[in-house]
Amino acid sequence: MSAPTTTRPRSLPPAGLRRRRPQEAAGAPLLLGHGRLPRVLAGGALGIFALLWVLPFVWTLITSFQSERDISSPGFNPIKGALTLDAYRQVFDRGTLPIWAFNSILTAGLVTLITIVLSTLAAYGFSRGTFRGRRALLAVTVASIMVPPQLLMVPLFQEMLAFNLVDTYWAIILPQVVAPMMVFILKRFFDAIPRELEEAARIDGASDLRVFWSIVLPLSRPIVSAVSVFVFIGAWNNFMWPFIITSDPDLMTLPVGLATVEDAYGVAYAQSMAAAVLAAAPLIIVFLFFQRRIVKSVATTGLGGS
Amino acid sequence: MSTTASKVPVTEEAGGSTVPAAPARRRRTGLFFVLPFTVVFALFMVWPIVQGIWMSFTDQSLSLRGTEFVGFDNYAEAFGDPDVWSSLGNTVFFTVISVVPLVLLALCMALLVHTGLAGQWVWRLAFFAPYLLPVSVVTMIWQWLYQPDLGMFNQALDKVGIAPVGWLSDEAFAMWSMAALTVWWTIGFNFLLYLAALQSVPDTLYEAAALDGAGAWRRLFSITLPQLSRTTVLVVMLQVLASLKVFDQIYIMTKGGPNGSTRPILEYIYDVGFTGYRLGYASAISYLFFAIIVIVSIAQLRFMPRKEG
Repeated sequence: MSAPTTTRPRSLPPAGLRRRRPQEAAGAPLLLGHGRLPRVLAGGALGIFALLWVLPFVWTLITSFQSERDISSPGFNPIKGALTLDAYRQVFDRGTLPIWAFNSILTAGLVTLITIVLSTLAAYGFSRGTFRGRRALLAVTVASIMVPPQLLMVPLFQEMLAFNLVDTYWAIILPQVVAPMMVFILKRFFDAIPRELEEAARIDGASDLRVFWSIVLPLSRPIVSAVSVFVFIGAWNNFMWPFIITSDPDLMTLPVGLATVEDAYGVAYAQSMAAAVLAAAPLIIVFLFFQRRIVKSVATTGLGGS
Repeated sequence: MSTTASKVPVTEEAGGSTVPAAPARRRRTGLFFVLPFTVVFALFMVWPIVQGIWMSFTDQSLSLRGTEFVGFDNYAEAFGDPDVWSSLGNTVFFTVISVVPLVLLALCMALLVHTGLAGQWVWRLAFFAPYLLPVSVVTMIWQWLYQPDLGMFNQALDKVGIAPVGWLSDEAFAMWSMAALTVWWTIGFNFLLYLAALQSVPDTLYEAAALDGAGAWRRLFSITLPQLSRTTVLVVMLQVLASLKVFDQIYIMTKGGPNGSTRPILEYIYDVGFTGYRLGYASAISYLFFAIIVIVSIAQLRFMPRKEG
C-alpha cells in the first residue's frame, strides 16, 4: 500500500506558486560560491558530459548523410566523406516508415486519450467517492502498481487470442490503458483541491459529472497535461507488448517495425541511421517546444513513464 | 459516460433536499466514476494475473494438445533449472552495474546544471533527449557505434593504438556494453528528478549557511545532499526496479548472447513461453520473478525515510 507514496505530495498543490523565479537565475552562487575557478571546472565537467551524450547523435547524423559504399570501405572516416541524401531517399522508397509512424501516433494517441479519461474519472471517484468497497478497490489498484507488465504477457496474449484481437490496433491499445500509477497520482492531486468550490456548485444544482467537468478538471490542467505527456511517451516507446501482439508489418508501431523488419537493412548502416534519425525526430522536436513544461511535469508528478 | 450523467442527478436531488435520504446516496457516490476504469482494470490486469497463476500450475502450451494440472511441478522445475539461475544472475549483475552510474552520474549532472551555467536548455536537452528515443532507435544507433570494424568506439580505440574490442560479441564486454547504452538512454529521467528536487531546496538555507561562513563544499555536503536524500531514495527504488526488468534493448541487440551471457530473466521467460511454447512453465518463472520484485520493493521501503507531515 505504501509503495508509491514516493510521489512527494508536498510539491503537488501549490506547484505554480512555489516557483518564484526562473531556474536560470538561481543556484550559481549558492552551490559554487563566487570564485572563478570552480565555475570553470564545473563548466568543463558539464561540457565533457554533454559531449559524451551528444556524440552518438552526431555520429548517427553524419553516418546518415553518407553513401553506403563509402561507409563500408576500409579506413573510411565519416567526417571527411561526401554528403548525400541517398539513404533518406532509400528509406522513403521503402514506404514502411510512414506506416509505422502513423500506427504509433494512432495507438499512442488513443492510449493517451483513453487512459486520461478513465484515470481522471476513477481518480476523482476514489478521491470524493463514498461508495462501499472504495477503500478495498483503491488498495488493490495501488498494489497493482508493483506488478511488472511483463508478468501479464503470456496470459494477456491468450486473452487476446480468445477475444480474436491478435494483430489488431485494439490489441495494442487496450492493455496499455490500465494505468494505476496515473490514477494514484491524479487522486493525490484531487485530494488536495479544496472541496468548498464543489459544494458551492452542488448547491446550485450541478451534477457530480458537471462539477467534475467544469470545476475540477480546469483546476487540474497542469497535472493532467503532465500525466498525458508521460502516458504518451510511454506508449510511443513501448516495445514488448506491441512486439508480441503484432506480426503484420502494416500494423506494427515504429519501435517494433524498426526492430524486426529493419533487421533486413543488414549492413546498410547509412539507411539504418537515416531511419533512426527520422524515427527519433518527432518526439525530440516536441520536447524542444515543450521543454519547460516537460521538466515541470516531472516535478509535479514526481514520477513518470515506464 | 452518458449513462453516468443521467443516473447521478436523480440521486442528487433526493439527497440534496432531504437529510434522511443522504446515506442511500452516499453509498453510490463516485461509483460511476470508478466503474469504467474498474472494468478495464479487471479485464487487463486482474484477470491475466489470476489466469497466469492458474497457468503456472498447468502444463499449458501454445500447441493444441490438452492442458493438465501439474501442481507445483513447474515451480520445482524452475528451482532446478540452471538457465533460470544464470539469467537471474545476469539480471542482478546488470542491475548493479547500471543502477550505480544511473544514480551517481544523474546526480552529478543535475548538480552541475543547477550551478546555473549559461545555456540551461542545451544541457537539459543533451541529457534528456535520449530518454525520448524508442528502444529500437537506441539499439540501431548503438549497434552502429559498437560495430566491430567501422563503429565509433573501435575507430576511436584504433586512433590511440588499442586493439578493437568485440563490444557485443565478447562475453567479457557484452553486458557492460548493454549497461553503457542503458545509462546513455535512460539517465535523463533521473537527471530531471534530481534537477526538480534541487530547484525546490529553499535559497534561505544557503543564505544562512553563507552567512555562517560555510564554504562551497561544506554547503554541498551539509545542505544540498541531505536535502536530496528523499529524491535519492526514490530514484534508487525506481531504478532498481526498472533495471531488474531489463529486456527490450538486450533482446533486440544480442538476443541474450554471446553464449547466454547477457540473457536477463525476462528474456528467458519470453524464450520459454513464446519460442518454446511452454506457457505454464513460463508463467511459473514469471511469478517467481514477481516474488523477487515484491521482496526487493519491501526491502527498499524499509529504508524509506518516514514522511514528515
